[in-house]
Amino acid sequence: MIFTRRAVAAILASTLATGAAAQDDGPTRVGFIYVGPVGDGGWTYEHDQGRLAVEEEFGDAVETVYVESVPEGADAQRAIEQMALQGADLIFTTSFGFMDPTVAAAEKFPDVKFEHATGYKTADNLSIYSARFYEGRAVQGHIAGQITESNIVGYIASFPIPEVIRGINAAYLHAQEVNPDVEFKIIWAYTWFDPAKEADAATTLIEQGADVILQHTDSTAPQAAAEAAGNVYTFGQASDMSEYAPMPRVSSIIDNWAPYYIERTQAVIDGTWETSDRWDGIDTGMVGIGEITDAIPAEVKASAEDLRDRIGAGEYHPFTGPINRQDGSVWLEEGETADDETLLSMDFYVEGLTGTIPE
Amino acid sequence: MNLSAIDPILLLASLMVAATPIMLAAIGELVVERAGVLNLGVEGMMITGAVTGFVAATTTGSPWLGFVSAACGGALLSLVFGVLTQFLLSNQVATGLALTLFGLGLSALMGQGYIGIKAPAFPDWHVPLLGDIPVIGPIVFQHDPMVYVGLLIVLGVWAFLKFTQAGLVLRAVGENHDAAHALGYHVRRVRILAILFGGACAGLGGAYLSLVRVPQWTEGMTAGAGWIALAIVVFASWKPERLVLGAYLFGGVTVLQLNLQAAGVAVPVEILSMSPYLATIAVLVIMSAGRAPGSLGRIFHAAR
Repeated sequence: MIFTRRAVAAILASTLATGAAAQDDGPTRVGFIYVGPVGDGGWTYEHDQGRLAVEEEFGDAVETVYVESVPEGADAQRAIEQMALQGADLIFTTSFGFMDPTVAAAEKFPDVKFEHATGYKTADNLSIYSARFYEGRAVQGHIAGQITESNIVGYIASFPIPEVIRGINAAYLHAQEVNPDVEFKIIWAYTWFDPAKEADAATTLIEQGADVILQHTDSTAPQAAAEAAGNVYTFGQASDMSEYAPMPRVSSIIDNWAPYYIERTQAVIDGTWETSDRWDGIDTGMVGIGEITDAIPAEVKASAEDLRDRIGAGEYHPFTGPINRQDGSVWLEEGETADDETLLSMDFYVEGLTGTIPE
Repeated sequence: MNLSAIDPILLLASLMVAATPIMLAAIGELVVERAGVLNLGVEGMMITGAVTGFVAATTTGSPWLGFVSAACGGALLSLVFGVLTQFLLSNQVATGLALTLFGLGLSALMGQGYIGIKAPAFPDWHVPLLGDIPVIGPIVFQHDPMVYVGLLIVLGVWAFLKFTQAGLVLRAVGENHDAAHALGYHVRRVRILAILFGGACAGLGGAYLSLVRVPQWTEGMTAGAGWIALAIVVFASWKPERLVLGAYLFGGVTVLQLNLQAAGVAVPVEILSMSPYLATIAVLVIMSAGRAPGSLGRIFHAAR
């Protein structure tokens, strides 16, 4: 039923958007397909900040439209095609689950440029882009391993896709590096955004002894649950979530899409747009590490900032061997670093993590 | 796997909290349906209640005022439904769905500027004496007051339907509105009042999410809870006592599956995630749902 509701909402929203993009000539039209509401305070919020930055940058030369809360799957294709029919020149689809609908729409509309976030399929008019969130996860794990007293870190995961698994592995490796006794308890929420469910998941993890909560879901509900519980640390996800600083939120991963969106819009205006595969991290600022608060010990803060800077400078890769897979087999030899292909299709836990990844 | 990590006392305690919003919304809808009206707008009324409650609570600093406003907000929205279906004789299913969409949009609009703000604290209420009983105390008697308000409302509805004349009239209107009309009862008036009550309860349920359980305002935060409430009414065979069971079962399995996951139980996560819905469907089938009120969803026009 939720799907029906969202579908209808999406159709309504796209109908409303028609008015703005009805005439033919004029400004370059850039469309955005969002998986959550722009007010989610996390993932979609940051994409919308990117959209607003595009408007700011180009003024009247560019017109943007967006559809929010589009369900992943067949309905997404309708929303994307609707947007293309309305004359969009460039369309960003901002969730992994929009991959196949975007591919299908790109085939139907060869003159429209498409950009799909966090996916892996490209075409002549379809680019992909993502951010190396795992670099931020490494910093989070590094902090989490040192500040946990119960040695239990809770992790609210969304869907079992490579991006999420990568995040778990990166966080775990760096937590274990500083604290060999650390244990990760993982809950798969099967949603990107469901505040009530995220709050329940956080509460459950806290009740089972976790005193640090990492989240890969987009709402601030886990932050609120941790705050209510008291001595529990959290990290902002996708957005700074600074309203929960300095406690429970002690740092965050901030997605900064604005420079990329501006660059790609410029390319369409100039006619220089080409298919690309962009995967940036801390180095270009696409992944930002939100301020590390003084709620954690100064030496932990200092070493976390050092780790952040070394990753940003390219001196250190968060997946540097020796690393074994969960079953004990060797993944990376001493000193070897992971290649992007393995990272992009990562479907295994590293050694030390318990439990299995859902199919 | 480490099942000892699950504390059964905490588990049962969070079950009561998880069940409260759907229980509140469902008991309201139960009364509406017993009066012969099918209002599918529960989700819309819930989220409207969530936002009005949140706005009122953050503005005044009082969660209680928030809940009162949420009930008013939900009731006001339901009045739109009431006027459309009872006086303008519009189709109840279509109007209810429209109400949900309208509520979602309206709430998003009203909530602009309240995103990321924290709700005033609504502390748990440690019931004197009872709260000190071992085991039972922490499970049942150490919650926020709204948990008990919810249970009292269910108890009140049960007593109202079973023992009062007004309850009998409401049921008569729901079973056969023509007969009730022939007997001189005011079918429309009864239904409008029932719809208002349903809206108020849904509003309370929504505000419970935004003020206690989450607690903050985010767009779309009810995330389908209103539809679950509708299912639980059917599950309960339109009986308040079974409704408590249904809400606790759903809330319980929801919380239990999260606990099992965190404890690392070797059951596929997909099955665990599905389990609240599967359990609801299974029990629905086993209990062979009771008969729906005779006039449910039918349009009443005195001249026909």
